[in-house]
Amino acid sequence: MYPIILLSFFGIVTLFLGFSKSKNILLPATLLFLIIALVSNFLEWNQGPVLYFYDMFRVDNVTLSFNAIILLSAFMIVAISGGFQDNPDAEPAEYYGLMLFSLVGAIMMVGFEHLIMLFIGVEILSVAMYVLTGSNKRNLRSNEAALKYFLMGAFATGFMLFGITLLYGATGSFNLTQIQGFSSNIPAGTQSYLLYAGLLLLLIGMLFKVSAAPFHFWTPDVYEGAPTIFTTFMSTIVKTAGFAALYRLLSHSFTGIYGFWWIVIAVIAVLTLLVGNIGATSQNSFKRMLAYSGISHAGYLLIALTSLTKPSENAIIFYSLAYSLSTIAAFGVLMLVSKEKTFEGQPNERYEAFNGLSKQNPLLAFILAVSMLSLAGIPLTAGFWGKFFIFTSAAERGIIWITVIAVLMSTVGIYYYFRVIISSYLKDGDLMQIRVAPFYKVILVLATFLTILFGLAPGIFEKLM
Amino acid sequence: MLTLLLILLPIAAGIATFLSGERLAKQVALIGGLASLGVAIATWLQFDPAAGSQFGFKYAWLASGGISFAAGIDGISLVLVLLTTFLTPLIILSAFKHDYKGTASFYSLILFMEAALIGVFTATDAFLFYLFFEAALIPVYFLAAIWGGENRLKVTFKFFIYTIFGSLFMMVALVYLYYQTPGAHTSEITAFYQLQLSPQVQGFIFWAFFVAFSIKMPLFPFHTWQPDTYTESPTPATMLLSGIMLKMGVYGLIRLLLPIVPAGMQTWGTLAMVLSVIGIIYGSIIAIQQSDMKRLIAYSSFAHVGLMAAGVFSSSVNGLQGALIQMLAHGINVIGLFFIIDIIYSRTKTRYLDQLGGITQSTPHLSVYFMVLLLGSVALPLTNGFVGEFLLLSSVFQYDGWLGAVAGLTIILGSVYMLRMFQKSMFGPRSKWVEDFQDITASERAVLLPLVIMVFWIGIYPNTFLKLTEPAVSQLLQLVNN
Repeated sequence: MYPIILLSFFGIVTLFLGFSKSKNILLPATLLFLIIALVSNFLEWNQGPVLYFYDMFRVDNVTLSFNAIILLSAFMIVAISGGFQDNPDAEPAEYYGLMLFSLVGAIMMVGFEHLIMLFIGVEILSVAMYVLTGSNKRNLRSNEAALKYFLMGAFATGFMLFGITLLYGATGSFNLTQIQGFSSNIPAGTQSYLLYAGLLLLLIGMLFKVSAAPFHFWTPDVYEGAPTIFTTFMSTIVKTAGFAALYRLLSHSFTGIYGFWWIVIAVIAVLTLLVGNIGATSQNSFKRMLAYSGISHAGYLLIALTSLTKPSENAIIFYSLAYSLSTIAAFGVLMLVSKEKTFEGQPNERYEAFNGLSKQNPLLAFILAVSMLSLAGIPLTAGFWGKFFIFTSAAERGIIWITVIAVLMSTVGIYYYFRVIISSYLKDGDLMQIRVAPFYKVILVLATFLTILFGLAPGIFEKLM
Repeated sequence: MLTLLLILLPIAAGIATFLSGERLAKQVALIGGLASLGVAIATWLQFDPAAGSQFGFKYAWLASGGISFAAGIDGISLVLVLLTTFLTPLIILSAFKHDYKGTASFYSLILFMEAALIGVFTATDAFLFYLFFEAALIPVYFLAAIWGGENRLKVTFKFFIYTIFGSLFMMVALVYLYYQTPGAHTSEITAFYQLQLSPQVQGFIFWAFFVAFSIKMPLFPFHTWQPDTYTESPTPATMLLSGIMLKMGVYGLIRLLLPIVPAGMQTWGTLAMVLSVIGIIYGSIIAIQQSDMKRLIAYSSFAHVGLMAAGVFSSSVNGLQGALIQMLAHGINVIGLFFIIDIIYSRTKTRYLDQLGGITQSTPHLSVYFMVLLLGSVALPLTNGFVGEFLLLSSVFQYDGWLGAVAGLTIILGSVYMLRMFQKSMFGPRSKWVEDFQDITASERAVLLPLVIMVFWIGIYPNTFLKLTEPAVSQLLQLVNN
């Protein structure tokens, strides 16, 4: 609960800091704020479930873990944003302010105990993201992306609100526990269609946010159009928060009607896996490929939701962490490399831009390779255990067929993740040595280190939980 | 603890090689390889065949999941560990005369590969086995993709995706088995042996394992990655692939497939056997047509591994013992042959049989070594190939007379393609490509001599190794037959 209050306050402070002449203070200040929020997050560790704000917000170890992943990702993303020094049009104070505010929304989504809290969290996060997507004002693609994201997002929000209304109509409450009481006590032989419809509409709204197929159409364009740093933010934090919210919703309120919704999620998971992986194979742009890969990872996470067994919880947390670390590293390297060359007047984000990366920049090539291996789920990286936990959760429920599809799709995944490894290690290019700020390097190395550490010893994570 | 040392030593040697810089890398790698061989021999000397799995260790890895970092050595593991540690220094030594760009990375990748292979052969936890099984792929992929021939990118990519595709099915099967173990689940391989699975489930798991291992070996019809990859890879990588990595597949059949799904074997074993036998004949016939020597050996390797798999699928003592001794023999022969082809290629710049000829005239030593290794491959009595092939064929014959007869053609076909290769390259008129062909140097002899000694050792007194594996094999078959 502390991070919510602190981050709201710090967001306002950041906006005021923008009035000062020196813009250099913004980056260290924001990083400091995030560290304070991260530390304050753990003050409530092991305090057991606590409810706040008239039972609207819940804090327990699971929500704290999700918060920690979100805040850690945010810290790393802010650290590699470099203070937006190179862009004269940029408004760093507003960007950082919006990022801090959006984190408040993300944390509300993680810990909501009341559907209105969920709605407010989603909106805080989304509105900030709409603005940040369009923050590259003079770029047509950025503008288009923001408009597209906003229109589709608003539409999805509508569905969501409608769903919440129907759920209220069916159960008479917004409270998760009371909804659970209703949904697990439906008399045998009767059907509560209002409840089903409400749940479906709410799920549609949420699945849109995590870019599950068939609600994914905005993802590639928005990810590609948005400035890369905000794409990173979207693909890690929004996704983690979205899945935390979905998990919370389904595991706390709707276990009683598991038989109704599991097949819905299962079908969407399969569809998402197919669309994400097959879509990614035909991309020429690395950034667009990462967008599709983001979709496919949503598919894997949905498998954990489908099974909703005891290991699912750990699987989702671990997977989100592994995915966030690798994605941040991948986008971090992309930002450095794409600046070196242009393609059609834009930074070159295509695979060719990485040709010969390992010759002059062995460290960057290694970081990129590890993050790709992790995303592809190759053993000895965190990504492997992420997939492993997901598959075990499905196996525990006995849903083997979905695992088989996921396995087939991870083979497809290797194809497109390896393309960039091949470019950077095995193809010749004329990339010069890229200058990397020491702090930037530290963050990328940290992400890589954690990816390998969790890959070698996933038990560490278990001990932390 | 010896097992842990066996796994960790090559990793440490690999890191040392990487850090030692371009000039010292070769020597450091060779010392690392020899040190591992020393440890393996020390293990062998202390090994007691009757005592089952030994020198084991077990560390909790995922405590709550019952998944542990556990390995140990029984007879089956020991022969393969000996093979790996014996061949790796020779592979390193065989690469000495080449100047591979980025020497340090090159040799350290070979050593990492060795560590992963030893891990596969010793793991007693199913997930650890899987982890090493996959991890072995990464060093060899980079070896082939960075230092390979012209077409390397496409070819190695196909190889990588193909093999990982197979192993992922194994992972699904392992996860399923893990959840069938009673109580707090465990992933010990021996716990999987105790499971009572319905025949239908066993069928599925049989195919999951079969696909994983038969792609690795490879068996017909999953072999299409193999000839191209073997041809395009630099010779040390080809040696690793054919000499040792291929054995991971056969080992997997023995360690996992046979004892875990005996009922699946009964239902589908015949089909698997038929596929293996098709591979023997098919590989041999294509090998006869080849003009590129490296490709020829690649297809011969495909044919040989078919016979090993057929022996395993017969699930008899002879079949398993034959497969194990044949794994040793094949590893030794194929590495020797690839090395000789590499010698010929490095002097003539060609591997094509129609461009070669008359090499014997100036190279008495090379010819002798070549001939011995070749005869080992065609299974002449008193050479290493004979023992294994004899046991394997007798096991296939006992399983089914017709299949045995067809598989037996391998003896004839094998001699045809091997002797044809020898004749065309070594005898006949001297071609312009081989005009100033020098006989082998001291360092080349240092590779070939140990191989030839092993050819005769296994050929004349195979009991050294058969005795090691016998108790483990009969114990395994007891599980299968119950």
